[in-house]
Parts: sequence; C-alpha cells; structure tokens
Amino acid sequence: MRFFAPAAWPAMPDFEPSHPPLLSARGLAFARNDQPVFGPLDFSVDAGEALLVQGDNGAGKTTLLRVLAGLLRADSGEVSIDGRIATAALRSHAVSYMGHLPALKSDLTALENLDFLCGLHGRRRGQLPGNAMAIVGLAGYEDTLVRQLSAGQKRRLSLARLWLAPSPLWLLDEPYANLDLDGINLVNRMVQAHLRDGGAALLTTHGAYAAPPVRTRMLALERAVASA
Amino acid sequence: MNPIVRWFHQLGSPPYFERFAARWAPIAYGIGLLVMAYGLYGALFVVPADYQQGDSFRILYIHVPSAWMSMAVFGLMAVYAAIALVWRIKLCEILAMACAPIGAAFTLITLATGSIWGKPMWGTWWDWDPRLTTELILLFLYLGVIGLYNAIDDRRNAARAAGLLAIVGVALLPVIHYSVTWWNSLHQGQTIRLFGQSHMDPSMLPPLWAMVIGTHVWFVGSLLARARADNLRRESGKDWVARLAEPRT
Amino acid sequence: MMWTAARALMARDLRLLWRRRGDALQPALFALLVVVLFALALGGEAQALAKVAAAVLWLAVLLAGLLALDTLFRGDADDGSLEQWMLAPVPLSWLVLVRTFMHWATTALPLLVATPFLAELLHLPHDELPVLLASLALGTPLLSLLGAVVAALTVGMRRSGILVALLALPLYVPILVFAAGSVAAAAQGLDPTGALLLLGAGLVLALVLAPLAAAAAIRIALD
Repeated sequence: MRFFAPAAWPAMPDFEPSHPPLLSARGLAFARNDQPVFGPLDFSVDAGEALLVQGDNGAGKTTLLRVLAGLLRADSGEVSIDGRIATAALRSHAVSYMGHLPALKSDLTALENLDFLCGLHGRRRGQLPGNAMAIVGLAGYEDTLVRQLSAGQKRRLSLARLWLAPSPLWLLDEPYANLDLDGINLVNRMVQAHLRDGGAALLTTHGAYAAPPVRTRMLALERAVASA
Repeated sequence: MNPIVRWFHQLGSPPYFERFAARWAPIAYGIGLLVMAYGLYGALFVVPADYQQGDSFRILYIHVPSAWMSMAVFGLMAVYAAIALVWRIKLCEILAMACAPIGAAFTLITLATGSIWGKPMWGTWWDWDPRLTTELILLFLYLGVIGLYNAIDDRRNAARAAGLLAIVGVALLPVIHYSVTWWNSLHQGQTIRLFGQSHMDPSMLPPLWAMVIGTHVWFVGSLLARARADNLRRESGKDWVARLAEPRT
Repeated sequence: MMWTAARALMARDLRLLWRRRGDALQPALFALLVVVLFALALGGEAQALAKVAAAVLWLAVLLAGLLALDTLFRGDADDGSLEQWMLAPVPLSWLVLVRTFMHWATTALPLLVATPFLAELLHLPHDELPVLLASLALGTPLLSLLGAVVAALTVGMRRSGILVALLALPLYVPILVFAAGSVAAAAQGLDPTGALLLLGAGLVLALVLAPLAAAAAIRIALD
C-alpha cells in the first residue's frame, strides 16, 4: 500500500512523495425508503488533514460516516482509499470507526475490553493498552468494570481504543459528545497527534463549538429534500 | 441492447411496472378463472367415479394442483429473493414478498383439502403422513417469511431479510421432506398412503392439467396484483403516484 | 490474524461467562423445569415416562436452546460490538462461527452434562442413553448453528420472541426428527448409525454454510 505512513502503521510501509488522497468520495448519495438522506457528495481528505462534517440533526452526518466506514452501502457514487476503490478488506485495514455506540462490554474491565478490541482489529506498533489509557486520562482505571465508568470515561476509553488501532483514517461520529472541556481538548490533541503522524480524520459535529486546531476543512450537509 | 433485456430493465421502473401490472393482472385472473372453471367442470361431471374411492376422490383436482403450486411458488420466491439479494433489484424484492401470501394460501388449501379427503377415506381429519406433515412445515416457513417481512420497519431490509430466510428454507425443504419420510417409516402401522395408487387412468388426466394450468395463470394474476399494490405503497411519496390518484378529467 | 481474533473472542466470552456465571445455569434449569412439567402432565408413572423419555429430553434441550438463542447476538448488537466485528480485518462469518461455538459451549454443554440426571428422572432405559447423548452431541451444535441464522435475521428487532420460535421451528424439524428418531430406532432394535451419520453430515455442512448465512443476515439487519 502506498499510504503516507511512518513505521507507526504496521500494514503500510513505503512513503511516496506524490500520492492520491487518503479518502475520496465521488458522487456519493444515499437514500432510505426512497427518501434522499444526503448526496451527491464530492470531497476528499488527504493524509495530515481533518475534515469536519457539519449539519443539523437529521442532515445525514452519521449516515455519511457509516457509508464511508462500510456499514451501509451507498446508492450511487464511489469511495476510494489511497486511490483504490474501497473494498471491505481495504477498509478494514485503513479505517477506524468510532460511532455513537461505544462497543464496550459493561461486564468487563477497561483493560479487558481494550485487549479484546486489539485482538480483533490489531494494534499499532509501539503502543500498549496501558499507555493508551494513560494518554486518555484513565490511568488507574484499568481494572474498573466498564459498568462503573461514567459516560465521559467510557468515551475516553473508546478514544483509547482508537489510539491503539493500526489504521490511518479515523471516522469519528460526534466525538465531543459527553465530554467536558478537558475531554474536548483531549480529542483535539489526539487528532492533532494522529495527523502529525500522517493519518487523517473525519469528524462530525452539529455545532461549530469544537474543532481540532489543525488543517481542517469543512463539509456542510443540509437536510435533503425529497423530489419526484 | 437485446429487446428482451431492455424490457426487463423497463419493468424495473416503478411507473412502468404499475402500468404493466394494471393491464395484465385482470387478464391473467380472467383466463385463470376460465381454465379452472373448465377443469372443475371436467372434474365434477365428466370424469367417472373412482372404483375404490367413489366420488370423494374428486377433491384431488383441487388438492394436487394446490400442492404443486405451494411448492412451485416457494421455489419462485427463493429465486426472486436470490436475485434481489445479489443484484439489489427492488422489483424482485417486491415480487418475492408478493409470492409469500399466495403460496401460503395454496398451502392452506392443500392442507384443508387433504384433511377433507382424509376424513371419508381413512376416517381421520389429520394424519402425520409425510406429505401432509411437510406441507404443514412449509406453511410455517411461509408464515415465517411473511412474519419477518412485516416485523422490520425498513421495507428494503425487511424484504432482503425475509428473502434470505426463503433461500435458507428452500435449501432445507428437501431435507425436511426426506427427514419426515424417514421418520414416518420408523413407526409401525403406517401402511396407509393418502394418495392411494400412484397411477391415474388417462381419462382422468385432462381436467387435472386444466386445473394445473389454471392455477398457474391465476397465480400470475394474483402475483401481479399484489406486487402492484406493494409497488404503489413503496412509491407513495412520489409525484407519479399522486397523479394516478387524481380523478381523470 | 484469524486465530488471534478467535482467541481474543473466546477469552472475552469466557470472561463474560465468568462475570455472570449464575446466568450460565439458566438453560439447564429450564430443561429441568420442562422435564418436571412433562412428568407431572403425563402422570409420573415409570413405564409411561420411559416410553417418551428420549423425546421429552430432546424437546427440553431444544426449547432451552431456543430461549438461550436471544443472548447469542443481542448483547453485542446493543452495545455496538457487532458493528466493530463487521469492520474488523477478519471475516464476519469467522467471528460468527467462533461466537456460536462459545455460545454452544456455554449453554448446550451444561445441558449435555445434565442429561444423564434428567434421564433418570424420566426413567429412560439405560441402553438408550449412549445413543441419546450421541444425538445430543451432534444435534445441539446444529441447533446452535441454524439458530444463529435465525438470531441474526432478527437481531435488530425488539420483542422478537415468538417470531424467533416460528422462524426456527421449520429449520429445527430435520434435526429433531433424525436425533429423536435415532433413539427411537435404537429402542426398536434398529441401527441408529444411519440417522446419526446424517446428523453428522448436516453438522459439517452447517459449520461451513450457517456462519455465511448468519453474517449476511447480520449485514442486512444492521443496514
């Protein structure tokens, strides 16, 4: 693969000077029950860039992210990753998705959850669950059951999982939800560090109140209107 | 492009299908009814009484075509479902789901007529005969498909989930039939076969073929009518449907 | 990668089972309840019970399994874990197979262990017990695999209860027939091997095909 990737990304070796965008979408559209949800959209995200998807509730931000992640199939248009058509296999290595649901088992401890998710998705070289938890400010909570964590702490644990994932492209759905000011700064710092390492991030938010202080572009989604 | 292929593509367009179904459903119903009337007339009045079973065997002329239809419709439903799942064609989803209630009705008729036939013949309303038992399980499969289709809100996902169930069902149906036949053979005393002798005198066949053809044509009419209704329901927000509902000036 | 993921999933499920070890006994308890109810309804007389013992035991196991089916995917669907499985670099069908295996091991194996005790309650003739256990050993994984397809089809739904039973029943018929039938054949002095081999063949087929169907169903359900 020709990702712009230093040794932090295990599956992607060589750095090529001129390369296609990490993620690009052409003519992407999605409809549910024949009601258009979004589209057609054209945009791209380069390595080292963040794309902020803005829109009101119901504008289709979550649906867009799920289409990009591969959980939903677009009605038209195509998604390319690093210049190649996005297949499930390509996405599984290149994309990490953090959605509304935390994907954490409440009967397991924080560390056990991270161990499982690393076993499932793989782990970034040089990173361990322990230090990822420290980065997100959950040091000392390794053996706490997830059931006993607050909503904000669960969100931080999800961020720790994201940090451990070996994928260059992050798709974050409302990452600032449930977080205090400290948490919002954490998300921004993490996105910054990730972009510095050559990754890219796509975030959704319904307000402009929080945005990563990096090279960020905006994509505004308006609620689509049904037509004949 | 080949005209047949082009016609298939056209058929997938909802307004075109609406016109096609509106035109052909009544025709199919009409022809089906006529052929079935001819068959029933032959079955009731022309064909001589069976030397063993007397007149009560005549219900075979409804029972056998219904049984064949119940199986054939299930197979057709699975084919439509497979096309819908692989190529995501909306019309095939509609057609697959429209098959289910019709097939279920044929299965019910098969079971009811089988039961009615059994009473004068073998003295019992129900028998765990392998064929009747398989028909009963087939009915459950149909009800399951219908139930699953109605239980999911999103129409397309509902059709695809129910379609997957239909495909699994069609793959298992021979296994079910074989297992029930084997099970039936295990238990002593099961020497009575509900169908009697397996060969019919040639003079008894023409009304049977008429009934078979009649039910097939009737099925086409019923399928088109149901598919038309489902098509309109799915497209109900669109302009072309609203225009249809307007009174003609 | 696939073995790493499988090990991680198995470790996770074992840990989850340990955290809720009380729940693990529920299928076995339910089977016991069914056996008691049948015995009470049939009059408790040893000879009458012995005649139907194998069938009742199989029904108890089948019904307990049907109830347990709800826990196969629901927990993971509710907290978003299933989504992450879909995005993992290993095939979803592989994860489904491992999960179904763990579910079988944690719900059906205790039932298998309890069967000799339950058989005593129903006065099952002792020479039928080995065939019964063999049919259960082959049949319960089949029930789990086919049940996984049904559970996957209904994973998004609330209140799917009776619908799951309706969907599963036709698929379970061949398994029940061959399994209970094998014991009935043995009781009649016939050779049960044929029926058991058919179950085995079905199991091998289901091991390959059922996870694929279930994975497809999960993708449809979470769409």
